[in-house]
Amino acid sequence: MFDTSLLAKAIFGRLTLDSLPLHEPIVVGTFIVVALGGITLLGAVTYFRLWGYLWREWFTTVDHKRIGIMYMILGIVMLLRGFADAIMMRLQQAIAFGGSEGYLNAHHYDQIFTAHGVIMIFFVAMPLVTGLMNYVVPLQIGARDVSFPFLNNFSFWMTVGGAVLVMISLFVGEFARTGWLAYPPLSNIGYSPDVGVDYYIWGLQVAGVGTTLSGINLICTIVKLRAPGMTMMRMPVFTWTSLCTNVLIVASFPVLTAVLALLSLDRYIGTNFFTNDFGGSPMMYVNLIWIWGHPEVYILVLPAFGIFSEVTSTFSGKRLFGYTSMVYATVVITILSYLVWLHHFFTMGSGASVNSFFGITTMIISIPTGAKMFNWLFTMYRGRIRFELPMMWTVAFMFTFVIGGMTGVLLAVPPADFVLHNSLFLIAHFHNVIIGGVVFGAFAGITYWFPKAFGFRLDPFWGKLSFWFWVVGFYFAFMPLYVLGLMGVTRRLRVFDDPSLQIWFIIAGIGAFLIFLGILSMLVQIAVSILKREALKDVTGDPWNARTLEWATSSPPPAYNFAFTPVVHDNDAWWDMKRRGYRRPLTGFKPIHMPSNTGTGVILAALATAMGFGLIWYIWWLAAVSFIGLLTVAIGHTFNYHRDYHIPADEVVRVEDARTHLLAAGAKS
Amino acid sequence: MTLAVVPPQNSEPVFYVVDEHEHPEGASTMLGFWIYLMSDCLIFAMLFATFGVLGGNYAAGPAPKDLFDLPLVAVNTSMLLLSSITYGFAMLAMEKSRVGAMQAWLVITGLFGLAFISIELFEFAHMIHEGATPQRSAFLSSFFTLVGTHGLHVTFGLVWLVTLMVQVARYGLIEANRRRLTCLSMFWHFLDVVWIGVFTFVYLMGMLR
Repeated sequence: MFDTSLLAKAIFGRLTLDSLPLHEPIVVGTFIVVALGGITLLGAVTYFRLWGYLWREWFTTVDHKRIGIMYMILGIVMLLRGFADAIMMRLQQAIAFGGSEGYLNAHHYDQIFTAHGVIMIFFVAMPLVTGLMNYVVPLQIGARDVSFPFLNNFSFWMTVGGAVLVMISLFVGEFARTGWLAYPPLSNIGYSPDVGVDYYIWGLQVAGVGTTLSGINLICTIVKLRAPGMTMMRMPVFTWTSLCTNVLIVASFPVLTAVLALLSLDRYIGTNFFTNDFGGSPMMYVNLIWIWGHPEVYILVLPAFGIFSEVTSTFSGKRLFGYTSMVYATVVITILSYLVWLHHFFTMGSGASVNSFFGITTMIISIPTGAKMFNWLFTMYRGRIRFELPMMWTVAFMFTFVIGGMTGVLLAVPPADFVLHNSLFLIAHFHNVIIGGVVFGAFAGITYWFPKAFGFRLDPFWGKLSFWFWVVGFYFAFMPLYVLGLMGVTRRLRVFDDPSLQIWFIIAGIGAFLIFLGILSMLVQIAVSILKREALKDVTGDPWNARTLEWATSSPPPAYNFAFTPVVHDNDAWWDMKRRGYRRPLTGFKPIHMPSNTGTGVILAALATAMGFGLIWYIWWLAAVSFIGLLTVAIGHTFNYHRDYHIPADEVVRVEDARTHLLAAGAKS
Repeated sequence: MTLAVVPPQNSEPVFYVVDEHEHPEGASTMLGFWIYLMSDCLIFAMLFATFGVLGGNYAAGPAPKDLFDLPLVAVNTSMLLLSSITYGFAMLAMEKSRVGAMQAWLVITGLFGLAFISIELFEFAHMIHEGATPQRSAFLSSFFTLVGTHGLHVTFGLVWLVTLMVQVARYGLIEANRRRLTCLSMFWHFLDVVWIGVFTFVYLMGMLR
């Protein structure tokens, strides 16, 4: 007799019909909505015959500007998913009192808090930050593209691949139920035998390759491709913080890669790195993952600091106060971020001396950060401040981040941490700095550079609505968590016994709803701005009267960014050019050397994702075939030596003449 | 404002480059590859650290003294060191644009690399046969992972080496191929350095435990 179950196992691994979460009505409902939405989207793209356009102009592009925009879209789409998780948790915690189990079972709830953390950090914050750096840095340093344009495209699609794997886990199988850092022994095969942790591992590994490569790429870009005259100490502050962030990426993501590889060895072949027996040590995992994890939070927040610096000096109409100290503060934070990881587990029991060391280094970080805060304040002092949206986000950041920073210093005191460890106080603290710092920073950056990317501003009315919903919602959502944390409520709980706590969770739930309105207003803002794009149009290329080089070219910039490479004489290069009567060149254009598009990045990332899926479900043939495919395509790609072309001088003349007309028309009206 | 910031007003400042020399293709490649190597070095650093922490946890299983065959490892080490020297000869031949000599040295390098991998696999097979599997103890888990990761890198280097030999045979010693050969050279020597760490830290110091 031929055994069909063996055959099914060979073909589908451990993927069976039972893997589909049909017994979870919430997931089925979500699936139906997502499927309908997806079919509508795909149908629309097909109906309007956009596939060819998307493939040629976007998916295969090596233009840093388009890749940057695609990163932002990925970040915003994933924000919706991550936020859906957040509001579900808030609702559950607000109603699960007095014997009520709420509406989420433990199995589902545990996946939700894990997915929320993973998605918000890796697939929202990272793409938003990387997208802004990708878009802005080459323009700010007067370059035509990044150092390795193909690698840039590949990095983006690997990030998408990781996001796709995490999204698949919602409907096929399940996601990890371990918390966002998947500590063993819980995440080891004995306690998590299902596919959840494997989705986690391979989602992060695929995306991590992309992140590391894009880090290398941007370091090279900043070091090698700066315009003549732009010395290191003349780089815009955003470029400086991007440089430090990318150094951190390259110096920390390999650690994540290594530690996840060790965890997969434990899970797949039964080694004993993080087990409780045969000499393994779970604490080794916790140490290693936080050696990545702590620099990671600075990877996210440093670019935000850069954005706030650009915004503050632009909207105060002043040169940034204390440029040099700002740069040194950034570098000091970069170095210190490596010396504090143990503060995430003071309770491990490493002893008073070790805890003191890491407590003190942690507190020292508040010194350069405080210096930055004063620099921004002094930049505003006696400035002619315009409270446009980016500036509003900046001011909100300054208020909010200082509170988050102070609770952080509080947590850095080891005895206090023994009380507050794993409590909602900690949750409130890191949301306070991540939302107040990274998210507000990303929004300030989006509103600030949107007119550069698309040629029209974002609608200020809906933007302000979104701003107030977000800021007020944030305080409503997280201040109650500080209170609850001080009262001893721990994180990741699903049901509560003490009815006196409920009111705080209800307030937090209202806060989450306000943030929901903020996100909604933001989406409306984008839609309204597109509809009103003629009224919001920017013909000058410099809508904010700004100071750095990206505003010297048109909005949106041509594919080649600058017809002639700018020469830099001062920190605020574009301000200097405006002040000293720069005249835009109108003749003498030459052909411009540019990299050509390629589909290899998409194909490689798709194969890597398929390999990840095969490994997750033990579909070994799929993993093997995709791996061989990866090697073949990668090697095949190296046989292509013709990766560039010249934009003909005629084309450059046509584009630049169009801009001349636009500028003239703008000056008349 | 100082005078250093604002040049004299009478001279017309230059705000853009009219006669632009193109950035030569691959101008950032060496820097980029160096940074990649450093990121790879960090992966090894983590594996070394793991071995440092867990390497003494034998879990009542075999210890380095029971397992390691130092003469064999010495032969293996010499294979890799020799392959680095022969790669150096290949690069010297490349500098003189002697394609034939270069390809010959690359073949020899590849053979040394292959010998290294074969001896390593033989060593692994022998250990597993004796029951010293990666699952046996945290010491063996971290041993196999550290040494095996290095071995995987060498294997990858061999695939790359063959690819480059084909490309040189087909397109000659053009600028792009020279750049690639230099990158592989850095990669190969990097693996050599890592191996010296493995040999000292894992094998020699393991025998002293």
